[in-house]
Amino acid sequence: MSGSRLPRLVGLLSLLLAACALPFVLSNFRLFQFSQVYIYAIAILGLNMLTGYNGQFSLGHGAFYAIGAYVSAIMMDRWNIAYGWTLPVAGVLCLVVGFLFGLPALRLEGLYLALATFSLALAVPQILKYFEHWTGGSQGIVLSKPNAPFGLKLNPDQWLYFVTFAVLVLLFWLGANLLKGRIGRAIVAIRDNHIAAEAMGINTALYKSLVFGVSAAYTGVAGALSASVIAYVAPDSFNVFLSVTLLIGSVIGGLASISGAVFGALFIQFVPNWAQDISKAAPWAIFGVFLIGFMYLMPFGIAGGIRLLWIRATRSRVPQEGRSAVPTQAHTTT
Amino acid sequence: MDIFIQQVVSGLATGGIYASLALALVMIYQATDVVNFAQGELAMFATYICWTLIHAGLQYWAAFVSTLAIAFVGGVVIERVVIRPVENAPILSIVMVTLGLLVICNSIAGWMWTYVQKPFPSPFPENPFKFGNIVFGAHDLGEIQVTLLVLLCIYLFFRFTPLGLAMRAAAHNPVSSRLVGIRVGWMLALGWGLAAVFGAVAGMMVAPVLTLEPNLMGGVQIYAFAAATLGGFTSPGGAVLGGFIVGVVENLVGTYVGFIGTELKFTVALAMIIVVLLVKPTGLFGTTVVKRV
Repeated sequence: MSGSRLPRLVGLLSLLLAACALPFVLSNFRLFQFSQVYIYAIAILGLNMLTGYNGQFSLGHGAFYAIGAYVSAIMMDRWNIAYGWTLPVAGVLCLVVGFLFGLPALRLEGLYLALATFSLALAVPQILKYFEHWTGGSQGIVLSKPNAPFGLKLNPDQWLYFVTFAVLVLLFWLGANLLKGRIGRAIVAIRDNHIAAEAMGINTALYKSLVFGVSAAYTGVAGALSASVIAYVAPDSFNVFLSVTLLIGSVIGGLASISGAVFGALFIQFVPNWAQDISKAAPWAIFGVFLIGFMYLMPFGIAGGIRLLWIRATRSRVPQEGRSAVPTQAHTTT
Repeated sequence: MDIFIQQVVSGLATGGIYASLALALVMIYQATDVVNFAQGELAMFATYICWTLIHAGLQYWAAFVSTLAIAFVGGVVIERVVIRPVENAPILSIVMVTLGLLVICNSIAGWMWTYVQKPFPSPFPENPFKFGNIVFGAHDLGEIQVTLLVLLCIYLFFRFTPLGLAMRAAAHNPVSSRLVGIRVGWMLALGWGLAAVFGAVAGMMVAPVLTLEPNLMGGVQIYAFAAATLGGFTSPGGAVLGGFIVGVVENLVGTYVGFIGTELKFTVALAMIIVVLLVKPTGLFGTTVVKRV
């Protein structure tokens, strides 16, 4: 056990260092793209907790992303509150809203929950446009990017990169601890067999609503970050395709996997860019083809595929690992 | 009162469209336990095909019928090629595959026909009918007739033909059907084909009102969801009735409840779906499915 932790730790640390070095080698535009990746990764981790670990579908997480973004934008624009303070507020508000939405969702299973959340996703832009007084209607709200504090010699894009990265590390650390511990096991138990879970004394109703809340909070914080990074919010950027994008990211990255959130985020950020060169409409066609292809060939996503390859490569040493190849298990240590 | 009747009739007209699409959803749900999120986009795609045929010089009704035939074949092919490999996969995989279909259809339509709105012809006369003070749009009345005709055909098909019986049997009890020699897989594929036909009817009827564009069916689909939920996903008749109810309610709410207007249309549908799912999750005519655990 202790021998296997070291390579993992070294790997994580070198990734961390590489990420901190990026701002000094990449152009501002690339940095902006990487900030986007981190934001998507946070949102996808939130969605993963709900859909991957807890087995509740959400086709409407764009709604929580929108709430986070608008809370942050309105606080900055109207009350001149520093962007940093808007993140916890957006998170807590989304936690409450998500928890409340999770209560009726308790009665809905599988497809019905998918239906309800899908209609939520469709309705979001209309609702945002309706409260014109607060949201600025279809014009949206234009913000300005914050400058680096303490006289740091960083331009706004570099500073925002570090802010999003710090939030990402914090939330991933919290999320990993949450999912690996007692609560995480309860969450997975509910997904795998909720009757057995209940018999074990798990309060399934409370846990399911709480997971909904936490998941919404992650997505809300991501939305709030995106308001600062893009410096603009408008209703039509939170349409149903945003929710579908997040879901695509989490499925392609790998459901029920923490690293999968990062792979998924990289995918949804960079694949469309590359596909846009072919045609304006191509990104979605390519998303769709990838999505269906992954469902056939790699239903556990990129993270699941990597883990499977790893297990195959090391099978000769630990043969019994082959059976726990299902990536829904906790990380296999070899 | 005149306005009320007018609104009810035009509500029935849009309700017919929701009913067709809801029926398509319910047919697929009954046969395969899948909600096809791409149903609306498939309908939109069929409508574009009709538009292309008309512009190639075909008469309206000739193009209409050819489109239905193409939609049928398309539906069968999609079931065979795309859905069949994930038939026994978890629900999430199937939902993801239909979502994949949704985005593919949407973007290919945008690619081939651009996102510019296109006017779509209506086969019905332009002059409205007048009964006393009440004015009915000819397209509204025509829409209702077409929907009712389609529903009648499908009822007769399922009630009186051996093939219809076989399809019902395959959806109801696949194992026993297979034992008496029904090719269940093909029956499911036929179901997808028929569903695509209903969708195509809905698309071609709604396109003259909304003008044709790749996002044509987004709003219609959420209302069809509401209709199918209200009537019950396990009851075709219920879904049709649900479609008409939803259409009328939508119109009356838009007319008489001031603060909603047309700006919160989707929100009304969302509210309907959530209320129905909370109060009576099986819908008005649905049956509870008891599962052994």
